[in-house]
Amino acid sequence: MSGAYLLRRILLAIPAMLGISVILFTVLALAPGDPFGELVSNPNVPASVQAALRAKFGLDDPVWQRYLHWLVAMLHGDWGFSFVSRINVDTLILQRLPVTIAVIGASQVLAIMIAVPVGVLAAARPYSLFDQVANTLAFIGFSLPTFFTGLLMILLFSIRLNWLPFVFRADLPGAGWAWWWGELQQSIMPVAVLGLYQGASLVRFVRSSAMDVIKLDYVTTARSKGIGQRRVLIRHVVRNALIPVVTLVALQMPVVFGGAIITEQIFRVPGIGSLLIASILSNDTPVVMGVTFVFAGLVVLFNLIADILYGWLDPRIAFR
Amino acid sequence: MAGSTPASLSADTIPPPGGIVSRAKPPVSPAREAWRRFRRHRLAVISIVVLLLLVIGIAIGPWLWRTPIDDIDFGAQLAGPSWTHPFGTDDLGQDLLARMIHGGRVSLAVGVAAMLVAVIVGVVIGAIAGMASGWLDALLMWASDLFLSLPQLPLLLLIIYLFRDTLRRLLGTEGGVFVLIVVVIGGLRWMPVARLVRAQFFSLREKEFVEAARALGASRLRLVVRHILPNAMGPVIVAATIEVANAIIAESTLSFLGLGFPPDVPTWGRMLFDAQDYLDIAPHWALFPGAAIFLAVLSINFIGDGLRDALDARRVI
Repeated sequence: MSGAYLLRRILLAIPAMLGISVILFTVLALAPGDPFGELVSNPNVPASVQAALRAKFGLDDPVWQRYLHWLVAMLHGDWGFSFVSRINVDTLILQRLPVTIAVIGASQVLAIMIAVPVGVLAAARPYSLFDQVANTLAFIGFSLPTFFTGLLMILLFSIRLNWLPFVFRADLPGAGWAWWWGELQQSIMPVAVLGLYQGASLVRFVRSSAMDVIKLDYVTTARSKGIGQRRVLIRHVVRNALIPVVTLVALQMPVVFGGAIITEQIFRVPGIGSLLIASILSNDTPVVMGVTFVFAGLVVLFNLIADILYGWLDPRIAFR
Repeated sequence: MAGSTPASLSADTIPPPGGIVSRAKPPVSPAREAWRRFRRHRLAVISIVVLLLLVIGIAIGPWLWRTPIDDIDFGAQLAGPSWTHPFGTDDLGQDLLARMIHGGRVSLAVGVAAMLVAVIVGVVIGAIAGMASGWLDALLMWASDLFLSLPQLPLLLLIIYLFRDTLRRLLGTEGGVFVLIVVVIGGLRWMPVARLVRAQFFSLREKEFVEAARALGASRLRLVVRHILPNAMGPVIVAATIEVANAIIAESTLSFLGLGFPPDVPTWGRMLFDAQDYLDIAPHWALFPGAAIFLAVLSINFIGDGLRDALDARRVI
């Protein structure tokens, strides 16, 4: 892969990020009232102080100037101050971010581990019983909303069977193996809810992608050389079938973040998703804006990673 | 076009041996052909029946089941299913069947209305991009790429958080939230439809029948509305079906997070939100609305799959 391709991809991510920041700022600017200026509308504050505050925060400036100020502040890492938690927004988000990334990462691994074998096997024997059962289960999987699966799992594994805890604890006691065991137990359900949903929606893409590859001449060549079905699938089909799936995993990221917010809310996982809901319910505008911006940034980042991976996996793309 | 002449020429000069027999058959209309293909998808046919039952139940339910949705009965708090309350009651002793019927009306109405918003916006933008090409097309596709990479749920939550109170004052509690949710869900989901329509336009606008219409002096608008758009509708209908399912899930998600409709408007998602704290003593409260969302979404998804078999000419069965 050439350096030029890498550079072009990275440069293309900048306008996307700017576009997203414009949309976010427009939403904020169109919103009634001054979301950042609760002090300003307080009747106990004298008019002169109000005017000074308005001038200080630049609320009377033209919109484009306010946008530039906001953007520069965001770029400097000055994300504002949480009204509720009384700490800087960026510190708050950085505290919560690792949990979210861990849950999303683990669930993506689970989703791929389910979707790839099932999808490839279904493509190897299209319209067989296995294919039909897998297809029906996939439909059921992505028609079950994550919030309902979460509640069903809590009902079954926590309340009926009493196997797993249904509240995720950030400050898990103990150390060593006991700590890891507890961490595993409390992560199973959030990761499974997200991973199963994601896996179900990926199965069909993997299947159709593998079907396209199986038809190609080089697969027939491999078969006619006498290589067994298993080896043909694993060594020849899967590798090429996975290339489009990489893009799909990245394109699905916005949906995954939506699922992560719900899962974190159900299982009380202290990530940025539950932070978003909590700050919306307590009118903590700087945190709401910050978290939304982080989600947007993560989506752009994953798209970028997928583009780079795509160019690495399929060199034909990079030369275009 | 040059490519079309030899094919029709050979078909006229050398009649195939079976041609007379096939010509004797009555012509099959496109709708009939689509239905024939659709019927092959057994699960889609079952789903149509399930969805119809659900819609009929929701539509005529209030006349058959006359218990009011806000009839508080502290004598029957969190009661399980019984003859007086077939789906049980909630923490205030309100009848869940009546609330499910009402909630279904809201959920399905939101689903259909948000789909209409998404499809109308998508068709208009896709058609403009598909006809214009050049810089306008590039700009619109850049915008659709941008919208595709927006994190939908966080943005949805942000917009509802910022605009909820204003619209509530303008349009009343229920109406304001309804308009807001429909416009925002629809406004964030037009991109797939726009891309589909654009791709269809690119191939259709070069076809002979469009050229013929243009040669006869049809205006641009007439070309689009009468000639190109009707031929591009197949994939759009499929996408629209899936959009209904997506919108129902989106609305339920908002309600489940406590940020959708207010508590006195029972929607399926809102009922799940209220029920989650009573899972241990009243699981029926969560199971019935959850199952209703699941059934509605699953059947709509299967119908969409069946419609894809029926309407998408690119797929050979």
